[in-house]
Amino acid sequence: MTRRRCKVCGYDPEEESTSFEALPEAWVCPVCGADKEAFEIKEWE
Amino acid sequence: MKPVEIKPNIYWVGGIDWHLRNFHGYLTQRGTTYNAYLILDEKVVLVDTVKHYLGDEMLTRIRAVIDPAEIDFIVSNHVEMDHSGSLPKMMAVAPKAKVITSPNGAKGLRRHYKQDWDTLVVKSGDTVPIGKRTLQFFLTPMVHWPDNMVTYIPEEKLLLPNDAFGQHIATAERFDNEVGWDILHEEAAKYYANIVLPYGEQVQKALEALAGLDIAMIAPSHGMIWRTYLPQLLAAYQRWAANETDARAVIVYDTMWGSTEKLAYSLLEGLEDRGVSVTLRNLRTIHISDIMTDLLTAKAVLVGSPTLNMGMLPTVGAFITYLKGLKPKRRIGFAFGSYGWAGQSVKEIEAVMRGLGWDIPLEGVSVQYIPDDAELQKMRAIGHQLGELIKSNKN
Repeated sequence: MTRRRCKVCGYDPEEESTSFEALPEAWVCPVCGADKEAFEIKEWE
Repeated sequence: MKPVEIKPNIYWVGGIDWHLRNFHGYLTQRGTTYNAYLILDEKVVLVDTVKHYLGDEMLTRIRAVIDPAEIDFIVSNHVEMDHSGSLPKMMAVAPKAKVITSPNGAKGLRRHYKQDWDTLVVKSGDTVPIGKRTLQFFLTPMVHWPDNMVTYIPEEKLLLPNDAFGQHIATAERFDNEVGWDILHEEAAKYYANIVLPYGEQVQKALEALAGLDIAMIAPSHGMIWRTYLPQLLAAYQRWAANETDARAVIVYDTMWGSTEKLAYSLLEGLEDRGVSVTLRNLRTIHISDIMTDLLTAKAVLVGSPTLNMGMLPTVGAFITYLKGLKPKRRIGFAFGSYGWAGQSVKEIEAVMRGLGWDIPLEGVSVQYIPDDAELQKMRAIGHQLGELIKSNKN
C-alpha cells in the first residue's frame, strides 16, 4: 500500500486510518488546506 | 537603541514597534516587538531579524556589540516578513553569513526575496556546534506556518521558539517579571487565540517534543522573554491547545434596529439567572481579534445577527469567517437573530458552528421584526437551558 504525506505540513492521512486513495478529488489537507496534488509518497525513516 | 544582554554573550538586538496598532487585522493596542538575538561564541550567530522598517534599529543594536561582518550564521526560524524582512539588509552587511533554515523555510525565503543565499537546510534534531555552545533545531510545522522551526541552546537551557509563546507588547522592558503575569497572560492568550488556535494538535506535538528539553528561558520573537512565569505559561498553552474551557459564555452579536440586541440581553439574563458568567460583545464596538481572546476559554458561544439581504449582517459575517478559520473546538453553540420576511442569518451561523463540530443542543431562534414579551421570555428560558448545560458540562 502506498502511503503519502502532505509536503507542505507533513500530515499523513493514514495516521487517522484514512486511505489517501479513497479520498475525493476535491479533498484538502485538514491541517494546512493544501490540495491532493501536494501529497507525495511518504519516505520511510 | 541599546542591546540587552539576556545571558552572558547572548544579546537581544530586536526592534520595538511602538506605533503598530493593527497587525494584519489583529488589533495590537500595546504595539509589539520583533525580537532578534545575537550569540557571540567561536561562531557569531544572529537568530531571526525584524520587520523591514526596523532593520536600521536592529543594526544599531548589533553594531553596539560587534561588527556585523563577523556574523557566521543567520538562523531564520520563520519566513514571515516580520522576522525575515531585514534578512536582505543583513546579508548585505554580513558577507560570510550562511542562512540556517528548515526545508520549507528555504523554499519560502526564495519566494520572498528571489536570492540564492548560502543556506544550510536543517531537519528536526540537527545540531550545529558554534564553540562552547550548540544550536539544536526542531521543526514545528503549522505552529503556525509550514516552515516554522525552533532553535534550542542546551548549554544555556534557552529556547528560541520564534512566534510560539509570543505576545504583542512594546515596552522598554525585556523580561516577563518586569511587566507582570496578568498583562502577559492576557497578551499571550490574545496571541494564541488569533494566531495559533487552529493548530492545537500541532502545538500538543511540539510541547511533547519540547518536554524532553531542559528549559529555563524562552525567548520568543514578539514581546517579553519568559524566565519567571514558565510553569504558568506552559500550563496555559497545554490548556489552550486541548481546547479546555471554563463554564462561561460569550454572546456576540450586531443589530440593525435593536431586535437582535433585545434577544441578546434576554439570553444574558437567563444565563445570569443560572449563575453563569457572561461576556456580551457587540461587533459594532468590539473588534473580532479581542472577541477571540474572550472566547478562547469560554464553553459556550452564542452568536446573533439580523437577516440583511438574505444573509448575515456583514459585521457578523466577518466574525463568522474569522471564527471558522481559527477553529475553536469542543464548544456549545447557539444562534439567534431577527428578520423581516425571510430569516437566513441563523441558519448560516448554525452551519458554521456545525462545521466546527460544536454541540448545538438547542435549535436557533429567529424572531420576526420586533420580539414581544413572550418571545423575550422564551429567550430567557433558553438562557436557563444553556446555563444548565454549560454548568453540567465536564471539560
